[in-house]
Amino acid sequence: MNAFICAEKVRFHYDNRADMLSGPVLDDIDLNIERGEFVAILGHNGSGKSTLAKHFNAMLLPSGGRVLVSGRDTADQNELYEIRRMVGMVLQNPDNQIVSTIVEEDVAFGPENLGVEPSEIRRRVDEALKAVGMLEYREHAPHKLSGGQKQRVAIAGVLAMQPECIVLDEPTSMLDPQGRKEVLDTISRLNRERGITIVLITHFMEEAVLADRVVVLENGRILLQGHPREVFSDIERLRQVGLDVPQPAELCHQLRRAGVPLPEDVLTAEECVEALSLLLEESYAGN
Amino acid sequence: MRDIALGQYFPGNSFLHRMDPRVKMVLTFLYIFAVFIPRNWVGLCGAVAFLAIAVLLSKLPVKLVLKSIKPVIPLVLITSALNIFYVSEGTAVFEWWVIHITTKGLITASFIAIRIICLIAGSSLLTYTTSPTTLTDALERLLSPLKIVRLDVHELAMMMTIALRFIPTLIEETDKIMSAQKARGADLESGGPMQRIRALVPIVVPLFVSSFRRASDLATAMECRCYRGGMGRTRMKQMKMRAADILSAAVVLAVIAALFALNFFIRPVL
Repeated sequence: MNAFICAEKVRFHYDNRADMLSGPVLDDIDLNIERGEFVAILGHNGSGKSTLAKHFNAMLLPSGGRVLVSGRDTADQNELYEIRRMVGMVLQNPDNQIVSTIVEEDVAFGPENLGVEPSEIRRRVDEALKAVGMLEYREHAPHKLSGGQKQRVAIAGVLAMQPECIVLDEPTSMLDPQGRKEVLDTISRLNRERGITIVLITHFMEEAVLADRVVVLENGRILLQGHPREVFSDIERLRQVGLDVPQPAELCHQLRRAGVPLPEDVLTAEECVEALSLLLEESYAGN
Repeated sequence: MRDIALGQYFPGNSFLHRMDPRVKMVLTFLYIFAVFIPRNWVGLCGAVAFLAIAVLLSKLPVKLVLKSIKPVIPLVLITSALNIFYVSEGTAVFEWWVIHITTKGLITASFIAIRIICLIAGSSLLTYTTSPTTLTDALERLLSPLKIVRLDVHELAMMMTIALRFIPTLIEETDKIMSAQKARGADLESGGPMQRIRALVPIVVPLFVSSFRRASDLATAMECRCYRGGMGRTRMKQMKMRAADILSAAVVLAVIAALFALNFFIRPVL
């Protein structure tokens, strides 16, 4: 009961006939997210992962069941803005979530809406821009920044509201590899250093590896959840629902099937290299 | 196409840059009005001199201010020509067939030309020294008395800010769509006017569709960041009227009074 975000038997369907026929978008989701946790929600298109994310900050309300954020029901209109302040959201398209023509004014947008004192807004804006490493760009025009920089500005905009949790809805899917790395480094750091709860919606397996826990959604239900190592060792099951596993895990899985004795919980390229070199050393020693 | 609208603002730290944008805006309007007061050369020269001093105070390159006049040159020429040919009072300096050019016509024409140039240069000085967001902010605050007549000034200003924000994004998008359609064999450059207009359809339609998607995304993002209209909203950047602003206002009012006075003391040429 003490989890930061509690989803209890959440069902959701859109109110039009076509969607009614195809069944609910979310079907009996039970999910607890603890304070300070880094959770990745995986699933391919149409699995309901973005819909679920929008329930965490009351952008959508469940058709059945309920969502509690820090003990507050998202259906309670009086708590709406407090919930949205606590649970900030970063969207997929970096261009479509920046409101102002100057970076620092955009970061100020959230606290301005909350009615924070001007001097306090100034302090928070500078602090938030510093936290994402964009302080020197504070007077730039957003359209001249790269995709990764724009997403970091969007993260700063959320940080300036002093949230406890940030929900990121496929924040890297429109970025180049460099931008992707910038954004992921930023959110991992915020999670580690400030204890901000992170919910990362993604379809990139490599990103999910960074999380403390991976939740795999399929057809609006939770298919698998657990530590990335457990989840990605279940390769057959992931493949059934059309998800790829991280390439190093895939490689080790193939090698294991070919009879090479490798451990089952390899996730990153470094771990893969290590496991292989260990194996090579052993076989040399054996000869 | 990339240079339009937003390239207007030139950041700086001059006297004009630091002025309260509300005062700057009101004074610019007053100046535009003032340019039409003088009916004699002394007053007109005074108005031009005032502008020259303002340009110097802005520390902007004079070339930039001259460049702002360029687009209105045709307008200036046409209005001058009309005045030269249609004013028939005064002594004739040139007569041929139906054309009578009189001294009065020449004077009216040059007055009009100088007034238009001052008007354009003066207002571009405002946009050169004030960022678009600051301008809309100032407008929001200046128009706030209109709340009494139930006009939502905040929403108006927010719409302007968003429009300014998305102009470069949409221009970029238009370029992208044009390239994409050209790559598919769209011919945008040949044919008569009707054919060219028709050729724009495959560009405008995707642009509209994506704009609606952007609008919906932006609305979601704004809601996520607790936007709920102008009620209870604070602003990071406060506008403060300083002594210098009051002084500038006094100077502008004095100039206007002087221009009126000159009309009484000097025989009008107009």
